[in-house]
Amino acid sequence: MLNSSNELAVETRGLVKEFGKLRAVDTLELSVGRDEIYGFLGPNGAGKTTTIRILTGTSRPTSGRALVGGVDIVKDPVGAKRHIGVVSQHINIDADLTVAENLHLHGLLHGMDKPSRLKRIRELLEFADLADRERSLARTLSGGMKRKLTIIRALMHEPRILFLDEPTTGLDAASRRRMWELVRTIHEGGVCVFLTTHYIEEAEALCSRVGIIHKGSIIAEGTPEELIKKSGEYAVDVVDDGRTETSCFPSREAAAEFLESSGHAGRLRPTNLEDLFLQETGRRVHL
Amino acid sequence: MTGVWAILYREAHIYMRRWTKHAAAYAMSPFLFLLVFGWGVGRHVEMEGMTYLQFMLPGLATMSAMTQSYGMATEINIARFYWRIFEEFQMAPVSAWEIVLGEVLYGMVRGTLAAMVVYLMGGFFGTWVLPGPLAITFYLLHAFTFASAAVVAAMIVKSHADQGHINTFFIVPMSFLCGTFFPLERLPVWAEYAARALPLTHSNLAIRAALFGGAIPWGSVLALAAFGAVFFTLGIYLVRRAGV
Repeated sequence: MLNSSNELAVETRGLVKEFGKLRAVDTLELSVGRDEIYGFLGPNGAGKTTTIRILTGTSRPTSGRALVGGVDIVKDPVGAKRHIGVVSQHINIDADLTVAENLHLHGLLHGMDKPSRLKRIRELLEFADLADRERSLARTLSGGMKRKLTIIRALMHEPRILFLDEPTTGLDAASRRRMWELVRTIHEGGVCVFLTTHYIEEAEALCSRVGIIHKGSIIAEGTPEELIKKSGEYAVDVVDDGRTETSCFPSREAAAEFLESSGHAGRLRPTNLEDLFLQETGRRVHL
Repeated sequence: MTGVWAILYREAHIYMRRWTKHAAAYAMSPFLFLLVFGWGVGRHVEMEGMTYLQFMLPGLATMSAMTQSYGMATEINIARFYWRIFEEFQMAPVSAWEIVLGEVLYGMVRGTLAAMVVYLMGGFFGTWVLPGPLAITFYLLHAFTFASAAVVAAMIVKSHADQGHINTFFIVPMSFLCGTFFPLERLPVWAEYAARALPLTHSNLAIRAALFGGAIPWGSVLALAAFGAVFFTLGIYLVRRAGV
């Protein structure tokens, strides 16, 4: 439980963002500690990216308050942005600059002097296994390498909070797992990670706490284990007339009994965050 | 000022990587104008007491500077809509004025260099006109105005197609109506008044006077500075509210 503003990396109070009649973020209340990997889980269109855009100062809220690193992002955007690194959903590296030049540019934007930039670039290229591509034009990198470059670029100025907006979208399973390792290592280095994702397994594998967002509001929040238990320990997927119906149960025995009595083909498995989302909203996260 | 240096760092590196393409782009269109209008059509024509080539050369250089400094709008659009690099600037702890100043300084260098290339080409066509410090100062002011306009245009448009419309309805007519190829007085009165409401006219009047020793039209210099100040301020406002 987080109870002091000093411990918070991200805090929102009554945050609202409207686009005309559409309320993309609806009275959002968030409290993310400085030592967390916080997963912001929800389907496409739930309000994840809009929230990130507000928290990173690229969009203004309609109302409410957002503090990043203890600084109000609306009142002092430049001050708040000093604390954060951002990895966008899209790979937004400068294709016409080399790998090192992309990192220099980011360092310059954050006011780093040349010796600090050079030292940090060496460290980060080693960290991401990109040292041999230092002088390559960014356009020549593979998709996975480009993604790694966007991540180390966000770490260039040693931010206290790293926002990762769906960082593994478009990556194959192996690259995704390597990315998770990278995120864990970054977190072990003392960086709070705020991660948006619509991959259930990503939230479960990486996050110390997860907030499930639906229609702009948090509908459930807790550790992955707490949230999974909330929906029950075991789930049964029953296929009936081509449709899969999922039911959750407090014990394996209860789940097995239900499957037997249903008279349909089905699968018994441990519950996951998807089941909770389905229970709370009537729809699946990963559409 | 960190944002200004960062943007200049980016633009300088990309510019140096593509300088041969830029140089060719600076030269191509003015070369065709010099060949067709200066050499072909206007070879034996006199205008305002000088050869047509002498008259046209400053206008052509000014037009080329406008095209190159304003041409940044397309590059900012690509950075914004296609590469999404502009987000990197927006998420950095820099103020909107630093982003605008960085882009405008780059546009000023680019526009002024483009003008100098045209004067060099004029020499190859047998007409040497050497811009002095005052003319170069006016070129910098001219490029400042159009680079600032480029930032405004880039932040207003919603797509590349919109950018093309601005070029068609503002930049191309200005190229032909604002004293580039013939004196303003030859236009119908209504068109002359309309032309005087456009910044390129004031650039042409001020730069020709600085080059050929006429009385400096300070009113035009002030008008150009006012256009520049308005575009620059508007650019800051638009960058600040981008994405809101």
